Amino acid sequence: MSKVLMKGNEAMALAAIKAGCEAFYGYPITPQNELPEYLSKHMALHGRVFVQAESEVAAINMVYGAAGAGARVLTSSSSPGIALKQEGISYMAGAELPAVIINVMRGGPGLGGIQPSQADYKQITRGGGNGDYYLYALAPETLQEAVDLIKEAFDIADYYRNPVMIAVDGLIGQMMEPVDLDREVPKWDLTPKTWVADGNRKNRERNVINSLYLDPNDLENHNLHLKEKFDDMRKNHQRYELVNMKNAEIAIVAYGSVSRIARTAIEILAEQGIKCGILRPITLFPYPKKAFHALPKTVKDLLVVEMSTGQMLEDVKLSNECHLPVHFFGRVGGIIPEAQEIVDKVLEIVGGEKHE
Amino acid sequence: MNNVKTVYKKSEGLTDKYMTYCPGCTHGVIHKIVAEVLVELDVLDRTIGISSVGCSVLNYDFFNCDMQQAAHGRAPAVATGIKRVRPNSIIFTYQGDGDLASIGIAEAIHAAHRGENITIVFVNNAIYGMTGGQMAPTTLIGQKTTTSPNGRDAKTQGLPLRIAEMMATIPGATYIERVSVHNPQHVRKAKKALMKAFTIQKENKGFTLIEFISTCPVNWGMTPKDAVDWAVDNMIPYYPLGVFKDATVGEEK
Repeated sequence: MSKVLMKGNEAMALAAIKAGCEAFYGYPITPQNELPEYLSKHMALHGRVFVQAESEVAAINMVYGAAGAGARVLTSSSSPGIALKQEGISYMAGAELPAVIINVMRGGPGLGGIQPSQADYKQITRGGGNGDYYLYALAPETLQEAVDLIKEAFDIADYYRNPVMIAVDGLIGQMMEPVDLDREVPKWDLTPKTWVADGNRKNRERNVINSLYLDPNDLENHNLHLKEKFDDMRKNHQRYELVNMKNAEIAIVAYGSVSRIARTAIEILAEQGIKCGILRPITLFPYPKKAFHALPKTVKDLLVVEMSTGQMLEDVKLSNECHLPVHFFGRVGGIIPEAQEIVDKVLEIVGGEKHE
Repeated sequence: MNNVKTVYKKSEGLTDKYMTYCPGCTHGVIHKIVAEVLVELDVLDRTIGISSVGCSVLNYDFFNCDMQQAAHGRAPAVATGIKRVRPNSIIFTYQGDGDLASIGIAEAIHAAHRGENITIVFVNNAIYGMTGGQMAPTTLIGQKTTTSPNGRDAKTQGLPLRIAEMMATIPGATYIERVSVHNPQHVRKAKKALMKAFTIQKENKGFTLIEFISTCPVNWGMTPKDAVDWAVDNMIPYYPLGVFKDATVGEEK
């Protein structure tokens, strides 16, 4: 298929339609508004559901309802709105309901700003709401990757009966790139949704969608059952990319827009004779620990670059098991790091601390 | 025993689970008539009930239909989510006054505002029952609760909220009625109100809400009989019974 030039938020919306998304429930917030705006027109053209809710809290509970009735369902928001949605996200994890949530991240805390940020990392990777659960969380770096992952995300959500989060920053939502919306994506092995409470039970017992277990023995068993799913994600579905790692002496760890800037940085460094690779997490949960074991022995330092004050650092240190020194460079508040800033930081590390 | 005939039996709309409600509470009666109406309208197989948070949280075990349990106050949003993707289903929420009139007031108002084709069963007992008797938006002036130990004071705690009257002002709402179940005559009237509401939904005519005056003998600190008398003497004068909105009036049959 040919590529089309589209804005990020609109391309992500169209990807959801292509994935068979039956319903969208959302609430306006910058910088993701083009996504619901696009869907408000195009869902109707496809005979599907679009509802602008009265709040993010209502929107996510509509998602919970529609998912419980067996629909493929989407919501999108940006950081403060995602914080509000945590109630319903926790309920969906508890009741084992699939849904796709797109978070076009902006700066915080509080009202923060409307420029790109990666400051929701902890919220995304630690579950986010109350209780013992995680989201399968994907962080694309290009529109093409965002589109492909959104199409696959609906399958992943159905497979695990768990919400999947697409974590992008405002830059990916707002920029335009050529994108092929009909690329094949991996298909997951899905079973029929026999558990739905959809009011269509001529030939089955009634179904109940619920996250309440008053008996602690039952709740413990339920939590252990959920943990099996998260352990399966950790064991079998970590995703990452290693870039330019052959003979690299240092590796930048970065995801999303920042990894693209790092790609420019390593080219500048190569011109100066410094071999720098990139370890790019694609899944933020499960964190791609395996990538750290795959690093070549030539790598002597790790540099984490983020649009946050270092929210990913702990995961890098735990994955690396204190094997290599971990350095950090971040810009925050909606400031996007420049390639030269990353280059300067790498030079500071390799120049100041020679490894023979 | 050829002369034996069944004159009364438990509705097929209810399961065989033992209900968890306190003696003298009217939830049981309200469950019964909701279930009977769903059976009599022949919609039980396509009904999805939404349980809320409060004393009725476990009613997904009691109604014999598909059920979905909702977060506190969010039942009308959950109902909206389901109804939009499954428009042929019959959806009801079952919410107490803490759930609907306090934490979930926005969801209730906006479901009505959008004219969602759902039915809300709103049970008003003027107190938070499940959590042990705290003050609700519907608690009467002077009524003692665990968080208004000296009695509700309008100056600091506001006047009790009249939900049926307020919901009737919303242009998108189709049918709003307040009923009581304190004696058999009123139980019959209440069932008629439910029949009207679910019939409106079945005919795709929009949003309906039936408010029930209910009792909470345990948290009111009364016997079941005294609680019923207190509801009649104190609640109904402040929360008058009747139809507050009927947008189907004047429609041609």
